[in-house]
Amino acid sequence: MEAHAKPAGGPILTKSSIVLFAFAAIGFFLIFLRFVLGLGVTTALSDGYPWGLWIAFDVVTGTAFACGGYAMALLVYIFNRGKYHPLIRPAILTSALGYTIAGLSVVIDVGRPWWVWKVPLYFWDWNLNSVLFEVAVCIMAYMIVLWIELSPAFFERWKESKWPALRKFAQAVSPILDKALVWIVALGLLLPTMHQSSLGSLMLLTGPRLHPLWSTPYLPAFFLLTCIAMGYAVVVFESSFSAVALKRKAETHLLLNLGKLAAAGGVIFVVLRFIDLAARGRLGLVFQSDFHAVFFWLETILFVLPLAFTIGRRNLGSLFLGAITLALAGALYRFDTFLIAFSPGQGWHYFPSLTEQLITLGLISFEVAVYATLVKLFPILAGVSKPAPTNVPATSPAY
Amino acid sequence: METNRRDLLKGLAAAATLTAIPTAAIAREKRKAPADAVGLLYDSTKCIGCKACVVRCKEVNNLPADVTGYGEGLYDSPTSLNEYTKNIIQLYKDDHEQAYVKRQCMHCLDPACVSACMLGALQKREHGIVTWAANRCIGCRYCALACAFNVPKFQWSKRAPKLIKCELCSHRLAEGKQPGCAEVCPREAVIYGKYTDLLDEAHRRLQSEPDKYVQKVYGENDLGGTQMLYLSHIPFENLGFRFSGGEAVPALQQTVQHGVYKGFIAPVVLYAVLGAVMFRNRRSDKKDVEK
Amino acid sequence: MSASRIPEADLTIAEHMKRSGVSRRHFITFCGKLMAVAPFGLAITNGLTLEAVAAEIGKTRRPSVVWLHFQECTGCTETLLRTSEPDIADLIFNIISLDYHETVMAAAGRDAELALYDAMKANDGKFVCVVEGAIPTKQNGIFMKKAGKTGIDMLKQVTSRAAAVISIGSCASWGGIPSSGPNPTGATGVDQLVKDKPVINIPGCPPNPYVLLGTVLEFAGTGKPPALDAKGRPKFAFDRLIHDHCPRRAHFDAGRFAANFGDEGHRQGWCLYKLGCKGPATHAPCSTRHFNEVVDCWPIGVGHPCFGCAEQGVGYTIPLFDTVEITRPVPPDTYPPIIAEHGGISPLATGLGGLVGGAIVGAGVIASRKLSAVDTESESETKE
Repeated sequence: MEAHAKPAGGPILTKSSIVLFAFAAIGFFLIFLRFVLGLGVTTALSDGYPWGLWIAFDVVTGTAFACGGYAMALLVYIFNRGKYHPLIRPAILTSALGYTIAGLSVVIDVGRPWWVWKVPLYFWDWNLNSVLFEVAVCIMAYMIVLWIELSPAFFERWKESKWPALRKFAQAVSPILDKALVWIVALGLLLPTMHQSSLGSLMLLTGPRLHPLWSTPYLPAFFLLTCIAMGYAVVVFESSFSAVALKRKAETHLLLNLGKLAAAGGVIFVVLRFIDLAARGRLGLVFQSDFHAVFFWLETILFVLPLAFTIGRRNLGSLFLGAITLALAGALYRFDTFLIAFSPGQGWHYFPSLTEQLITLGLISFEVAVYATLVKLFPILAGVSKPAPTNVPATSPAY
Repeated sequence: METNRRDLLKGLAAAATLTAIPTAAIAREKRKAPADAVGLLYDSTKCIGCKACVVRCKEVNNLPADVTGYGEGLYDSPTSLNEYTKNIIQLYKDDHEQAYVKRQCMHCLDPACVSACMLGALQKREHGIVTWAANRCIGCRYCALACAFNVPKFQWSKRAPKLIKCELCSHRLAEGKQPGCAEVCPREAVIYGKYTDLLDEAHRRLQSEPDKYVQKVYGENDLGGTQMLYLSHIPFENLGFRFSGGEAVPALQQTVQHGVYKGFIAPVVLYAVLGAVMFRNRRSDKKDVEK
Repeated sequence: MSASRIPEADLTIAEHMKRSGVSRRHFITFCGKLMAVAPFGLAITNGLTLEAVAAEIGKTRRPSVVWLHFQECTGCTETLLRTSEPDIADLIFNIISLDYHETVMAAAGRDAELALYDAMKANDGKFVCVVEGAIPTKQNGIFMKKAGKTGIDMLKQVTSRAAAVISIGSCASWGGIPSSGPNPTGATGVDQLVKDKPVINIPGCPPNPYVLLGTVLEFAGTGKPPALDAKGRPKFAFDRLIHDHCPRRAHFDAGRFAANFGDEGHRQGWCLYKLGCKGPATHAPCSTRHFNEVVDCWPIGVGHPCFGCAEQGVGYTIPLFDTVEITRPVPPDTYPPIIAEHGGISPLATGLGGLVGGAIVGAGVIASRKLSAVDTESESETKE
């Protein structure tokens, strides 16, 4: 296997990328409308449901999908599985883009975004008790960390750039970056551990309004566990997708293991969840024939199903299905925690408005289009021709 | 693989520490009312539903009319607290009886909204009144999500939205006046005063006319206690108070969060461990290559 | 009055009007007024047209009325005199036969006594005795004497020969102002003293004169009093609270109150509840039938809270500016409920959501198949 990543090349504007950019354009126009007309007119948010699609999906689920970088970094740098190394860069790219889109969604969602800069800077106003504060600052920091972690891919190309200024800049910064990178990566492991678990803690503040099937002191732990599993699932998804879309070979054997990790994570989560419910005497709720129990079982099934797709299979197709099933499971778990399990009282209803959905779609399309563009331009994807060695030689660049 | 068992043990150890944290957490102390706490005592049995308090609240707080309530353009007919309405009277009616209830911010002793607010725009200040400051609010609406009484209301209709909720007319208290609602009530169904005095009065009423009331002062011990106190002839659930008793709303989350992050020790330690592991891995890789 | 002045009892109102030269137009106008005062609840005004009602009333024999005065201010008589349609002359000569009335009769002294005796004899068992004023009962009723008889005696004597008794005004109905604490004379309403005859109470201080006229004519026309409530009050006038028909009710419902006389709210005509209006506790027709035949000529109409003059236990009992408890509050239909519905879900949005969801699942399945194909292809390639 080639140790070096290379730009995938190919035209930037293909049929699909044009479609994606078109959706993105619609999304951005609607974002402009949202700021002109206000949230009341453009969204279905209400006093009963102050948080909706943009928080539950774009931010909470979106960042969980963007945990590929985190999950891979754990595997490669903590558990020292060097053979997965080629999958790190694309995972980090997905993460960087995912977190950036999530950050953008936050700015679109909040009602008074002109004060957002005060959150990281006005330390004298910081409410250190606020979990949302911790999440916000952590995500801001992690976003920066991710782009820094990805930057070697840019510098590699810029080192050979025809513009001397850029070349000099790249050549000057690279060695500093190399040295500092261990500490950056450690940060890139610490920060998501903190905020992905805290995203779970967020809903605990709704106290008695959170349904007991989801409300547990272990909610942060569950969010963390599922986000790691989702990270692996998304790496499988994104690698398979790249393979087909960019007509490259997929590293099936590597992906198989990741798929198994994701599936295992799903099953462990379900087991732990049942134990937690039993320990707190809430198992009976699971067997009630109500709306919440239905969603609980849907989650459970989706978390367990990937096992069937990954154990004993060597087929990329079923692996891919297993991955998206796990990702869906994680997404549903988050949707449920933030929307379904939350009960504002009778008389309130929420379903995302057209504008909310189209903006989300536009942002996702943008993310995919930018991903495709960047992997074509920069050395992010590694090619595959034969099975990789078990260790990565230390003489190779850190990334 | 050689490091298989070790990795498994490492993973399990990490998981175990994570699970141990909530159990090792210290429970959140129950907050007491501040010494200068003020409040309102609302006696549903005295209320005649005249809505003078609703009108007065709008006047003294410069709130606009709400034409959205009944959806047919009925002038100023809010159906619940909303971005135009900081105080409202609602009616409970069934075949046997009816009762009115006044809803506004409860000025909790341990408010969920205060715990939620990132930059401390919502704070519990003089007299225990929970106030909102525009210059620190980014409009994230976490407070609206957190409040178990559905109180903080976001101005959905505005481009520069604020957060609307009763602040006990603190601007009037400064001038030595009463909150608008208490000042105008023709039956003294809602009265304003020192929290301790109001609590005493409430208990006095419960004792002197036991058949007239449900034997409970709502707000005394509910969701950690609130500075708005209620007396009623019918069960409080019927008046729309979904939750009774129990600990303060932020207790669960704060216990979990502080259990993990106390003194910020855990993140620092984790960072150090991660760094150490990565260094060690790098070194052992170098050794392998040298071999 | 000599015996010859007492008119024949057999003349109907129409015949008498004709004989007296009263124009039909006059009479019709009066009937119209009566219909407006009692649109329902009276058999005599239960006609579809003015002509029909006029015919009905015209057929009625003029009722003989003996009017007694006790502890009163004569306000109830005065209210009757404040009608212009019919005017006082019409009234006492053509509509009713007012055979004895101390205020308006010409006689005095012994002549008056004789007049009373003659009136009672001529219409024995058929006349209506209207009582104005409360009757003192303490110390055997010595606080009032007329022609040597105490009030109690006179009442009993006259009402024993009457067909029915109408207590006009709050004093006669339940004691009124003389009965206000400490009630040193033991002022009492008629129905506490007269138990053997039908007693109709028309409280008010004073009541609306058309209520009296309607009641008297109903009795004369049908032989029965109009439908009465538990306190003996005609339902057509006393079955509602002032509050229920108050023109300022909208202000009450919206929470707009005058706080002080002359303040902004008062000038705007807002509800007077906070100023002590007893409307919510008083049964009376004043909200819709005003006085002196002038619109808004009633307390609330001129900006003063109702003081409950017609209601026993309220008028002359609860202080003027004390707010009254509303014991039977009836909330308006459109009152904010505890649980309100807040908007629905846009079907278009749901549609799009479903579409996107379906597309994701579909795309996933297709992609999975494609990947399997690619994978098998590459595997077979490697094998080769």
